[in-house]
Amino acid sequence: MKKLMKGNEALGEGAIQAGCGAYFGYPITPQNELTEYMSRRMLEEKRVFIQSESELAAINMVFGASVAGARAMTSSSSPGVSLKQEGLSYMAGCELPGLVVNVQRGGPGLGNISGSQADYFQAVKGGGHGDYHLIVLTPGSVQEMYEMPALAFTLSEKYRTPAMILTDGILAQMQEPMEQVKIDSSRAGDRDWILDGCKGREPRKIRSLLMEEGALEAHNLHLQAKYDMIRKQEQRYQLINEQAEIMLVAYGISARVCYTAMQEANKKGSQIGLLRPLTVWPFPEKILQELAPKIKAFLVIELNAGQMIEDVKLAVNGKTPVHFYGRSGGGCVTPGEILREIEKI
Amino acid sequence: MKKLFFKPESLTDTDHKYCSGCGHGIVHRLVAEVIDELGIREKTIGIAPVGCAVFAYDYWNFDVTEASHGRPPAVATGIKRFLPDRVVFTYQGDGDLAAIGMAETIHAANRGENITVIFINNAIYGMTTGQMAPTSLLGMKTTTSPFGRDAKLAGYPIRVGELLATLEGTTYLARCAVDSAKHVLEAKKAIKKAFEVQLAEKGYSLVEILSQCPPNWKMSVPESLEYVRKEMMTQFPLGVIKDKTKV
Ligand SMILES: Cc1ncc(C[n+]2csc(CCOP(=O)(O)OP(=O)(O)O)c2C)c(N)n1
Ligand code: SF4
Ligand SMILES: [Mg+2]
Repeated sequence: MKKLMKGNEALGEGAIQAGCGAYFGYPITPQNELTEYMSRRMLEEKRVFIQSESELAAINMVFGASVAGARAMTSSSSPGVSLKQEGLSYMAGCELPGLVVNVQRGGPGLGNISGSQADYFQAVKGGGHGDYHLIVLTPGSVQEMYEMPALAFTLSEKYRTPAMILTDGILAQMQEPMEQVKIDSSRAGDRDWILDGCKGREPRKIRSLLMEEGALEAHNLHLQAKYDMIRKQEQRYQLINEQAEIMLVAYGISARVCYTAMQEANKKGSQIGLLRPLTVWPFPEKILQELAPKIKAFLVIELNAGQMIEDVKLAVNGKTPVHFYGRSGGGCVTPGEILREIEKI
Repeated sequence: MKKLFFKPESLTDTDHKYCSGCGHGIVHRLVAEVIDELGIREKTIGIAPVGCAVFAYDYWNFDVTEASHGRPPAVATGIKRFLPDRVVFTYQGDGDLAAIGMAETIHAANRGENITVIFINNAIYGMTTGQMAPTSLLGMKTTTSPFGRDAKLAGYPIRVGELLATLEGTTYLARCAVDSAKHVLEAKKAIKKAFEVQLAEKGYSLVEILSQCPPNWKMSVPESLEYVRKEMMTQFPLGVIKDKTKV
């Protein structure tokens, strides 16, 4: 049975169904409904909820809960996610799973509260200090907002690295019919690193400080090997109209607008397709490499001044022209604008 | 032959890297002895700070995690809320606890988190080699207060225990020192009490320990002990600051 739900709330319920054991958050628009939803539902489910004193505290509470073996998460919007970067770097270094949701809004600085995709670089290139990556998932509908937390927790545990759901203020505020499908909440990965008291075993230590000669380089090589494995195994995307001449590339809310533009163009006889990354790290470069020789041009659409286009260009590697259209500062692209850009190609 | 000096089970065999005369090593041992005596080694999770005690996880023989600079109270909150029947404590310096981590400290205390905080007040940033700390005394010369701490420039030394005592969420707050055998014994008693408060689920406990840092104070060990007694104890009087278990 379909039910009308807001993106923020669907994400919260999805996380709860996925077995989220601890949620920590600090208010910020446009993700407040998520923290509010969790403040009620987590207590109903007898799980941990804390409204933290800051996003710094929230991510470090996630760190602690994850150390103790919880499926732990926090959510925020752009300015708050900047504050979480320290914790994310430590979690990556300590190889701790955990989920951070970024309901992106316009920046830089306090910016505004409109939906945006301006934190793409921060999300996929590292964000905090050190050589690391987050696994970054991008829902494109309220239904996916509900289903993606489970995938995020699973991948995060399987690879012992923090995951992010990168969404935006428009999707998060949007109400849409969705189905509360059954969610698999089984935990992935082994648990032989969790700190729960050393009863019947050797004490365990969780640390990212590695001062012994060569130890940190060895650790980094280990992390990079893990990231390579993720790149090989976890690229996810949706491809519509493989035979297209022009392939739109967009994720999240931009992909929704692209879909409308694509349908209108194709009604008039054009051959437009849509490649929608579901993971932006690992970036779906394999499919882009496959498509490149068959396609006349790519058109990347983003709610920023051009960030994901860099990854598209890296994957396509000059084989096919890559065009860009975007709006930043909280502006949203329209189907009409995209059609105009298509005509220019 | 009776063994008079034995190693607590809660300490590993790893040699400390602390300078001679440093208070950290003494307090590590006191924590280990208390954990042994309470029989809680197998259900304790410690949080090591960023500071000279960063390697505490190598010295304690139970589960220990690191935390980023100043965030141990938030990390402890995450662990304790998820595993309320485990014993969770943080071990933090004055820079960690009272400068960069003051917000996390106050809010964990104010929520009455059922955790224990061991707070090493050496009035200096030891690890980064001697900069001014929020607890540095007025007039104290450090590498970032070369003319002595001036209240006009840098404010006043913070009395953490007294500050936290104003919060209804705190249960047990004490200040001790490790400059003499008598004070070491008192410190151990206070640490034990703090853990007992947590075991009885009575809420937030903190033991502040005045600790000497001879190299960064530019003093010999005996001089540093004198400094603790004469100067530190004047600014930071010893004793139980708050004990809600008594009321
Ligand atoms: C975010 C961050 N800022 C600064 C540092 C550098 N740093 C390491 S230890 C320390 C101060 C330690 O002083 P304190 O907490 O008093 O501990 P002590 O060494 O005196 O025991 C600082 C500033 C850091 N590691 N991380
Ligand atoms: S620098 Fe000071 S606090 Fe650090 S180990 Fe040496 S004496 Fe101890
Ligand atoms: Mg210090």
